[in-house]
Amino acid sequence: MRVGRVMSAGRPAKGCRFLMRRCRADASTTGGPGRRQVLRLAAAGLAAAALPTRASRAQTVSGETPRRGGHLNFAGLAASTADTLDPARFALATDYIRGHMFYDGLVTLDADMTPRPALAERIESDDLRTWHITLRRGVAFHDGAALNAADVVYSLARHKDPATASQQRAVAQEMAEIKATGPLEVQVTLNGPNVDFPSMLGLVGFCIVRDGTADFSRENGTGPFICTEFSPGVRTSGRRNPDYWGGPAPWLDSVDMIGISDDMSRHNALLSGDVDIIASVNPRLVRMLRGRGFGLLESPVGTYTDLAIRLDQGPGRMQDFVTGMKYLFNREQVRDSVFMGFARLGNDQPIAPENRYFAADLPQRVFDPDRARFHLRKSGVMESGVPVLCSPAALASVDIAVVLQYAAQQIGMDLPIRRMPADGYWTEYWMKTPMGFGNTNPRPSLDMTFALNFASTAPWNESRWHDPRFDQLLLDARRQRDEPARRRIYHDMQVMIHEGAGICLPAFTTSLDAFSPRVRGLRPSQAGQLMGYDFLSHVWLADGAA
Amino acid sequence: MNAGLARLVARRIGTTLCSLVFVVVAIFFMTAALPGDVADMLLGQNATPAAAQALRHSLHLDQPLWLRFVHWCAGMLHGDPGTSLLTGRPVGEMLAPRLYNSLLLAGATTMVSVPLALLLGLACATWRDTYFDRVMTVLTLGIVSVPAFLIATVAVFVFAVQFRIVPALSDIRSIHSVGQFFLTFTMPVSTLASITMAQMIRMIRACMIDVFSAPYIEMAVLKGVPPIRIVLYHALPNAIGPVANAIALSLSSLLGGVVVIETIFNYPGLAQLMVDSVMLRDVPIIQSCALLFCLTYLFLTTLADIVALASVPKGRGA
Repeated sequence: MRVGRVMSAGRPAKGCRFLMRRCRADASTTGGPGRRQVLRLAAAGLAAAALPTRASRAQTVSGETPRRGGHLNFAGLAASTADTLDPARFALATDYIRGHMFYDGLVTLDADMTPRPALAERIESDDLRTWHITLRRGVAFHDGAALNAADVVYSLARHKDPATASQQRAVAQEMAEIKATGPLEVQVTLNGPNVDFPSMLGLVGFCIVRDGTADFSRENGTGPFICTEFSPGVRTSGRRNPDYWGGPAPWLDSVDMIGISDDMSRHNALLSGDVDIIASVNPRLVRMLRGRGFGLLESPVGTYTDLAIRLDQGPGRMQDFVTGMKYLFNREQVRDSVFMGFARLGNDQPIAPENRYFAADLPQRVFDPDRARFHLRKSGVMESGVPVLCSPAALASVDIAVVLQYAAQQIGMDLPIRRMPADGYWTEYWMKTPMGFGNTNPRPSLDMTFALNFASTAPWNESRWHDPRFDQLLLDARRQRDEPARRRIYHDMQVMIHEGAGICLPAFTTSLDAFSPRVRGLRPSQAGQLMGYDFLSHVWLADGAA
Repeated sequence: MNAGLARLVARRIGTTLCSLVFVVVAIFFMTAALPGDVADMLLGQNATPAAAQALRHSLHLDQPLWLRFVHWCAGMLHGDPGTSLLTGRPVGEMLAPRLYNSLLLAGATTMVSVPLALLLGLACATWRDTYFDRVMTVLTLGIVSVPAFLIATVAVFVFAVQFRIVPALSDIRSIHSVGQFFLTFTMPVSTLASITMAQMIRMIRACMIDVFSAPYIEMAVLKGVPPIRIVLYHALPNAIGPVANAIALSLSSLLGGVVVIETIFNYPGLAQLMVDSVMLRDVPIIQSCALLFCLTYLFLTTLADIVALASVPKGRGA
């Protein structure tokens, strides 16, 4: 699966605070003691959110202290010569895991998507536009150099350079100016106020490399592991960084990471003991894995596969067609037969039910063949048949298309499926046809989801939906310091997408990963699969050297 | 005779070089015809036109196609296959470890499959239409018609998962002794060997039956020559040519045609690299891989032809 993006936001765990102090009325302007503190040091360790989905069997025996030592083998989904150590080019889940292995970001996102300080000790702003980042003292790169402001400036600014070919370029454009204001002080000025800026820094692409790094054939980060082998398409290995600033983690002595794209081979490697953890379990094999005593990690991530209907060409220009298609989705069937129950229902808007801003009062759109028939007949394309494009590149889209085609047959509509090869799908077909499937991974904040996928200027506005009022609300939310007010704005934005955009979103995928009984410390996180791709610095082995 | 053989070999190598040139040109333009290029693949969903254009410029992909081809050819003639568009590393550096792995796997498979196939093929032909021959025929046909990934997956499930005799993955780094070498290579080699052997046995059997029906064999039988002697002295020398060709054809796919096996056992070989590079449109790597596969194929078939020419029993002109 192409992971072009990251993470959704989280629903409030108990006492989830958005870390902002009330603004003091007499706040001085820049740099004074009245500067609003947006990030505070959180208690060490991640607060595991109590999640409403089926409790995963991450075996954290309460009170069990992690043991140090041992070697862990992990098999991800993909390995190719495109594997990279360059944060700007991280594109797949395996890249994100590699990134968390060797590098650190300024912030990390915890299990309920709250940004927590990492290399940044504090991130503060008075006007939500000019942000002051204070770096942690005494952090060293793997080559021994001390972390300073120049490294951060370089790491952030390089994403804006087109020659870098950064995956995060669209996001990085948000930063108008990045400059060092002291040895450990960085000032970032945004194009406009944005209260969610700290979340954005939680993208693994924005992790910190050494100032001036141009050769990424070797890594030089500050992260929990030091790279001992990097062969693109074959293997990534690391050993524990003894001087890690975030100690006592990591617990493992060494790690090997490979990619096995073939489903059955990956599961076999876990079953035979060749690897200890595998990513992306096939839901159909869950029962067999459980029966053999393997653990399963279910993470309620906000990844979704959606059908995008372009509103600017073809049948999508008729509101009735779009509405009819939305009623044609048998969401329960998609959840139960395509995802074998490992999914949550979608309501044609991109915010997952676990999210703290989820519009829970918005009525769930249901499968209604009669209404679908009514609207589709009115649009006049019942007989002509509109082809729907799908591809293995967009997770589960081929199966969802089949479910949809069956529902269409029931109401007497012809819906030809055109299955495209994964190779080249994103560049050649996605967003270029009247009706086709896409797949989007969650992002650290609602703001990013809306800005990158639904605003009029969004680079990935799949349905070409334009609504000036929505664009205005986006700006309002960014400026809004008051939490209840932002909640209301985000609620309205979800309603607008649900009603107006050409996006049919039947389900959110639950990430499934499996592990051998000797692996401990895995917990579900909303920040992405395998603890927001950061599991290697948290897990330990039951048989590790004490 | 020897001068004649030399002339034949020279002509053979000449045609080989012509095919090589054709293949290199064809592959280059076929890759160019694929939708998208390395810039699109690198940027993926983020490929905005401006970003893709900038990247294309930095990779010199905005030059005309023929110019890039000329550059690549010039490099090749100097023995420099260029650098990977994707990683910026020299192609040679990226290919060398993979080629080594592939040759190791292909070599091990050859050592196992060729002698066995010769033996079994001969046996089948000698005892034609006996129970042994029928069982072998059914077996070989079965193996040829079942896809390789199924054989490999089932084998892994049985031997690695259920009985835990061998590892499910072939990690070449874990080899520190002869025993480990066998453990690591047992699964991929036996899977590969069974597939190549099945083809070879069928072809060798057909060749030998052909030879057995020749008049001089009939003559030998009538003269009362013992069967073993007939097979080894009368039939085999005349069958060497076609048999060598059969073997060469079966072996030629061992370098580039084993992508399924490499995937299932997570074995980093050349075939996997080629598939990766096609997916990512990394043209210099695709070209060099194709060249290698082609060279192997041509080398083997040429060798088989030379063996065939050289093995023609004296006194019966080539």
